[in-house]
Amino acid sequence: MRIVHVRGGVRLNGRKRRAERGRITSLPIPAYLNVPLKQHIGAPAEPVVRVGEHVLKGQLLGRPPGPMSAPVHAPTSGRVIAIGAAPAPHPSGLDTPTITVQSDGEEQWIELAPPIDPLALDAAAIEERIADAGVVGLGGAAFPAAVKLRLRTRHPIHTLIVNGAECEPYLTCDDRLMQERAEEIIDGVRIMLRALEQDRSGPSIRALIAIENNKGDALAALKKAASAHPGIATIAVPTRYPMGSEKHLIRAVTGKEVPARALAPEIGVLVHNVGTAFAIHRALRFGKPLISRIVTLSGGAVASPQNFEVLIGTPVSALLRAAGGLRQPPARLLMGGPMMGAMLPHAEVPIVKGTSGILALTSAEIAARPAAPCIRCGTCVAVCPCGLVPVEMVSQIRGGRLEGALRFGLLDCVGCGTCAYSCPSRIPLLQYLNFAKGELTARERTKHKAEEARRLAERRRLRLAQQAEARAATATARPRQQHRHPEGSEATGAPDRTTNPQVAA
Amino acid sequence: MKSKGARLILQPAPLLRSGLTTPAAMRDVVYALVPLVIGASWWFGLSALLVLLAATAGAVITEWIFSLGAARGQSLQDLSATLTGMLLGLTLPPGLPLWMAFVGGAASIGLGKLIWGGLGQNPFNPALVGRAFLLGAFPTAMTTWQAPSGPAGFLGIIPSNLALPLQQPTVDALSSATPLGLMKFQNQETPLPDLMLGHTAGCLGETSGLLILLGGVYLALRRSIDWRITVAVLFSASVFSGLLHLFDADNPQPIVALFSGGLLFGAIFMATDPVTSPVTPRGAWIFGIGIGVLAILIRTFGGYPEGIMYAILLMNATTPLIERVTQPRPFGRGRPTL
Repeated sequence: MRIVHVRGGVRLNGRKRRAERGRITSLPIPAYLNVPLKQHIGAPAEPVVRVGEHVLKGQLLGRPPGPMSAPVHAPTSGRVIAIGAAPAPHPSGLDTPTITVQSDGEEQWIELAPPIDPLALDAAAIEERIADAGVVGLGGAAFPAAVKLRLRTRHPIHTLIVNGAECEPYLTCDDRLMQERAEEIIDGVRIMLRALEQDRSGPSIRALIAIENNKGDALAALKKAASAHPGIATIAVPTRYPMGSEKHLIRAVTGKEVPARALAPEIGVLVHNVGTAFAIHRALRFGKPLISRIVTLSGGAVASPQNFEVLIGTPVSALLRAAGGLRQPPARLLMGGPMMGAMLPHAEVPIVKGTSGILALTSAEIAARPAAPCIRCGTCVAVCPCGLVPVEMVSQIRGGRLEGALRFGLLDCVGCGTCAYSCPSRIPLLQYLNFAKGELTARERTKHKAEEARRLAERRRLRLAQQAEARAATATARPRQQHRHPEGSEATGAPDRTTNPQVAA
Repeated sequence: MKSKGARLILQPAPLLRSGLTTPAAMRDVVYALVPLVIGASWWFGLSALLVLLAATAGAVITEWIFSLGAARGQSLQDLSATLTGMLLGLTLPPGLPLWMAFVGGAASIGLGKLIWGGLGQNPFNPALVGRAFLLGAFPTAMTTWQAPSGPAGFLGIIPSNLALPLQQPTVDALSSATPLGLMKFQNQETPLPDLMLGHTAGCLGETSGLLILLGGVYLALRRSIDWRITVAVLFSASVFSGLLHLFDADNPQPIVALFSGGLLFGAIFMATDPVTSPVTPRGAWIFGIGIGVLAILIRTFGGYPEGIMYAILLMNATTPLIERVTQPRPFGRGRPTL
């Protein structure tokens, strides 16, 4: 298959060597686990357990309040010791609603549903089980997987792309997963295909597993595992950041561009991460909810970089300790890759469903030089994979003209940071762009709130007016019949203050 | 679950940065100029080095005086002032009084750059602002040319170099005409080998086509300049001068037009100044084509024998407009949003 050239992007030094050899290892059960109720895009889950309650491994801890959410489950058996606020894995270090489970070390599973053949289920049942297992996109965005699959009902899907690009430096969790659990990933892909194929006429859906060509072993493993299934193929894509970005991967593999501000299914393509495929396999074959994931622990400060299968909720500090600790104090600690990851203020935050890696970097590994004036060299324009002009957007943002930045395509930016990486003047372009996006969202929210408040006030006024009118009507219906309201006031709902003392008061 | 120990430093992503830095890009241009400096000293002797030094000193000293506080040391470290001074110096005649070269350097940085807010803020190429200032202020000295003396006369300093400040130098007997001057006023063509090697009268850096190309190839390979601009200037100048040559054989052939005067130097070192040229790829093409056409237009129909300087300055003024109409197509959109 021909790979289509994707404009822009950069070749990064992968720095994956140190963590790509060792097999995935399990961690000892930590003393306690902090399970945030919101680990996904959408509304936070609502707790269904009480403090002091004993829970079993895999038991539901939080229930989704609506369709755009995901449940969370107990990562191990033990006692719920707190339901409250604990630090979120976020640069701010602010607290987030969290259920804390003190492990009893028994690892006692809740009774699992009897195994069934998922390939005999219908789509709705598959999606329901995926949703109930709390499976979200494990590539980082943590979009509920079932919601994504259900988009098939709105848009005809012809291609399922399984994203194994893993373009961020240091990270090797998908690489190891693909090498060690290829059969399981293929099974997950087959389950997804089964759901997508339902109520569909015409040619069957093709599944393409896209892997950057720097992961030869993973490619070979998946190729072998997929060989028995004609609808599933592997495809090597160039090692070029940000290849793992959904829209850019689709472009490289299918040659199609997802229209700006649109979702991939609108052009008939669905993208799921390899880790998500594995989680779906586990959820459907064994009824096991998503309570663990593969996490890369790497960086120059880490004594022995490796991939671990980590229970959701494990404190980063426990992971570091179990992995042999740090060989020097890190200059930066972050969750995710060095290009788009989130800096952590300390290690007392939990691993969540979207955590692909924990990196403890030394000062030699990071660039932290101060910014110099922009010389308008245009490097950011040349490397932007979204075809934008970061220099112009940032100059608008710096001038306080966020609307100007919008006109230059701010919302088309995927936040990959390629511009900031390439800037010879070390200007934190991505930070400006993210700031502007956040600021615009906040403004939008304030505006929405004000409109909502106005709408509610208007409704209340109407309601009071109607009540007053009803009262007036009953009052006049009894003894006297002289004071009828003018016709218009009922239609507009506007109370007549002069004739209606109750409303005026 | 309280946070323990010292909090770590936070820094916005990305944590990785490419090896390219602004001073490195500037250094690359300085390296590309080294062969030209050697060539200029070969043909014009010590005078070339003195004029170059005076212009650079004017630029650097002005930058140092007018950047205040913490910016003072930093703004010199990025080498941009040094580069501006060198670029200006290489566009000056070898016999220019040194004090004028110094004033030109000061004007480049003062009027060309700092007055706009410093590095990255200026709309016009600073070195060319300095040169335009000198041409306006000292038209005679700026258009008095010396025939190249060659290495034999290395230690001989052109007397007009040493004219005292505020005194016009006496025009000395050795003065000569540039290839473009010969062509325009005496209808006399200079042989191409002389143009390639630099065996002609002219500004310090513009005489040897080969050495300029050498620097240009280096910069293009290092990606320190936008090759589109250079190619566009040279292409449009060739096509336009070729057309004019077809209409009237008195006009020089395209190859002679390319290698005479400052066209090549301007196309490689001046037009590609990132600050004053468009950042958009399509904009770079339009910008370069405009320079090539304007330069030949001024040469052929204007009062000056050479037009590259005004061509670049004029196109500098159009850069914001060009950028506005040449926005790239954002991913997933049919056409630019502006």
